[in-house]
Amino acid sequence: MEFGLSEEQTLLADSVHRFLEEQVPLERVRGIATGEETDGSQSVWQELADLGIPALLIPEEQGGVGLSQLDAAVVAEMFGYHTTPAPFIGTAVMAPIALKAAGDDTTLAAIAKGETTVGVAIGEAVASRLDAGVTSNGERLTGKCVFIINYGSDRYLVADDTGALFMVASDADGLTHRPLTTVDRTRPSGELVFDDTPAQLLSSDAATFEAVLDAGRVMLAADTLGAAQNMIDQAVAYAKEREQFNRPIGSFQAVKHMCAEMAASLEPCRPMVWYAAHALDEIPEEARLTACHTKAHLAEVGTFIAKTSTEVHGGMGFTDLVGLHYWFKRIGFNRQMLGVPELVREEAARLQGLVV
Amino acid sequence: MDLSHGSEYEAFRTEVQQFLHEHKDQAPRGENMRSRKVLDWQRLLIDNGYTARTIPREYGGFGADPDILKGRIIAEEFANARVSQGLGGQGISMLVPTLLELGTEEQKQQFIKPTIEGEMVWCQGYSEPGAGSDLASLRTSATLDGDEWVVNGQKIWTSTAHIADWIFCLVRTEPDAPKHRGISFLLFRMDTPGIEIRPLVDMTLAANFNETFFTDVHVPKHQIVGERGQGWQVANAILGHERDSLGDPNASLTRLNALTELMKHETMGGQRLIDNPVYRDRLMKIQGRVMAMRFNDMRVLSARLNNKNATLARMITKLQGTELRHDLEGLAIDIMGEVGLAYQDNPYLRDGGSWQSQYMYFLGLIIGGGTSQIQKNIISERGLEMPREPKVEKQG
Ligand SMILES: Cc1cc2nc3c(=O)[nH]c(=O)nc-3n(C[C@H](O)[C@H](O)[C@H](O)COP(=O)(O)OP(=O)(O)OC[C@H]3O[C@@H](n4cnc5c(N)ncnc54)[C@H](O)[C@@H]3O)c2cc1C
Repeated sequence: MEFGLSEEQTLLADSVHRFLEEQVPLERVRGIATGEETDGSQSVWQELADLGIPALLIPEEQGGVGLSQLDAAVVAEMFGYHTTPAPFIGTAVMAPIALKAAGDDTTLAAIAKGETTVGVAIGEAVASRLDAGVTSNGERLTGKCVFIINYGSDRYLVADDTGALFMVASDADGLTHRPLTTVDRTRPSGELVFDDTPAQLLSSDAATFEAVLDAGRVMLAADTLGAAQNMIDQAVAYAKEREQFNRPIGSFQAVKHMCAEMAASLEPCRPMVWYAAHALDEIPEEARLTACHTKAHLAEVGTFIAKTSTEVHGGMGFTDLVGLHYWFKRIGFNRQMLGVPELVREEAARLQGLVV
Repeated sequence: MDLSHGSEYEAFRTEVQQFLHEHKDQAPRGENMRSRKVLDWQRLLIDNGYTARTIPREYGGFGADPDILKGRIIAEEFANARVSQGLGGQGISMLVPTLLELGTEEQKQQFIKPTIEGEMVWCQGYSEPGAGSDLASLRTSATLDGDEWVVNGQKIWTSTAHIADWIFCLVRTEPDAPKHRGISFLLFRMDTPGIEIRPLVDMTLAANFNETFFTDVHVPKHQIVGERGQGWQVANAILGHERDSLGDPNASLTRLNALTELMKHETMGGQRLIDNPVYRDRLMKIQGRVMAMRFNDMRVLSARLNNKNATLARMITKLQGTELRHDLEGLAIDIMGEVGLAYQDNPYLRDGGSWQSQYMYFLGLIIGGGTSQIQKNIISERGLEMPREPKVEKQG
């Protein structure tokens, strides 16, 4: 019995880490975020496809690797660590769950090969903002989705107002879309407007919707785990280097204690993410509640670390120069998407019968 | 993650539930730790493997192999039933693990069984008026006189000294050695002539800790754990165990369940507290933190069993666990408004007044066993390898 990552998972994390460190360092992330490298996130995705990343969760029969959600969480953590611009959560995690439920082997195979990417527009079925929402007649969609995940993909996984899941091609008739700028430039978001748009029904089973949502939440939490870890690493390294009053600032207790508080609050998040991801596959009776709490808790801890790490850097933390804000914004994005903490905690309460 | 949630565990859970169903009424509820009821319950739990589970049989334990999931199941079921999972205290949580690690065979035979059975109660003599956070500067001395140590000096904050049978005590035996290398770890009876105990009332208004004075206290030479001068290392092994036990996430789970129950019954303006969305959100927030700490605990345990490194995860448990518990107790007080103030003989007392007393008690634990600030020093300097404080030499 072991509560922790397997040898293989540690190796997977290391190899993704090394790849991203070499191939997608901050300078490249910056280039993609500022639009200097056009289509950057698509080309990063192609490179990741060579590593087998899009195929992670896809069964071997469809050309995938057939790994678990915990493996995916390990990868998501690394993407957060490196603020990687790639349509990972939608394409490689959330969409395959719905496609497997529908038995759409062709699309699964295309994802595995890195030939297609999928964005996710289910936020309205979680909590509608701006009066957005989609209705369907089982074949066609009408309405609007805002702040979708992985905008700019080849197709979109869309939920209607009953939670039924559809797949829509990005060039489908009656679909108009536009990008929506957010603080986080590493993961494009946007808006989809449907006007009697043809769509493929994948599942109208509430359990499928929930499985997609839970997985998305756990992956966002894993992304925050990685991003926050990087912010701690940067703060500690900076505090050892930077000198004031003839001492490294890291020898000042105020600074040390900021770092200790960050580490102390993040450390329990690691096994929490592991367990939540493991539960998605293996412990269905605990999966929903753990996903909610993990999403909310990581959002709170992540926000604390994003602020504190920035403070440890002094004025430098506030500049574009060191780029710390990429992690800050990444954590902010993960917090807002698929349910802010208050919303997911209310869902956690409901799951336990505490809401009448 | 290799957490086989197999049928073995289903069966085990049923077994624990069955046990609780049958014996729940025998469980003590706030009785004196010396009472027959508490001691019988302790023995019953050991016999069934629900406490002292992994202590070897030859020393009076249950002798099971460590099993994270079974440990978790026991904790959960006892928490759900809100039944005591047996005795704690410094003898059980600190001394026993240390003796298992560093004690002689004779010491193990002599002390472990009566300690885990609750028959032998211990107190911890570390802190002195001049040596708190800077424990290594302690001055209580012991000099060897033939076959005996002669102990002189004063300890303070000695919890349960007034009821303890024995003390484990840090004393300076090598006055000329550097301060960390001149300390030894002695065990002696509290009824030895020359010991005087004066109670100190704490903020909960209980007199749980004491000033303890030693005047020519004679201790047999062999009642030392580790070698002469190695007491600091022995103490650090123990402090590790203490820190593991102080913010116990399973105890937090029990209290979380009690808080949820409270919110289902307590009302404000005729509305149940659980139906107030603000309060409910605060409950859920604490639940998330409790959950994270329980996973942390499982990870630490697993790492120990599998020889994996989880140093940082272990280092943070005292800090995070005690702060969490203090917040949890405080939440109950908050949401009860004026009723949250009730104390002692107040007729509107809830849950025996435990919310206020635990709220204060856990502030004590935030301070005791190495303050939160000291924990942060340890985490940053040893865990994150940040530069140490510049040393200040004592003047004069
Ligand atoms: C409920 C309770 C039970 C206890 N039980 C026992 C017991 O059974 N046996 C026993 O031996 N002791 C016991 N203690 C004593 C406890 O271990 C000490 O109180 C604790 O180690 C702090 O020492 P101090 O009280 O001298 O505070 P001090 O060391 O004087 O600390 C005062 C303040 O200064 C801060 N401080 C001190 N040094 C530093 C530093 N280097 N960096 C940053 N901040 C610093 C502390 O964090 C604290 O905020 C108990 C204490 C409590 C509260």
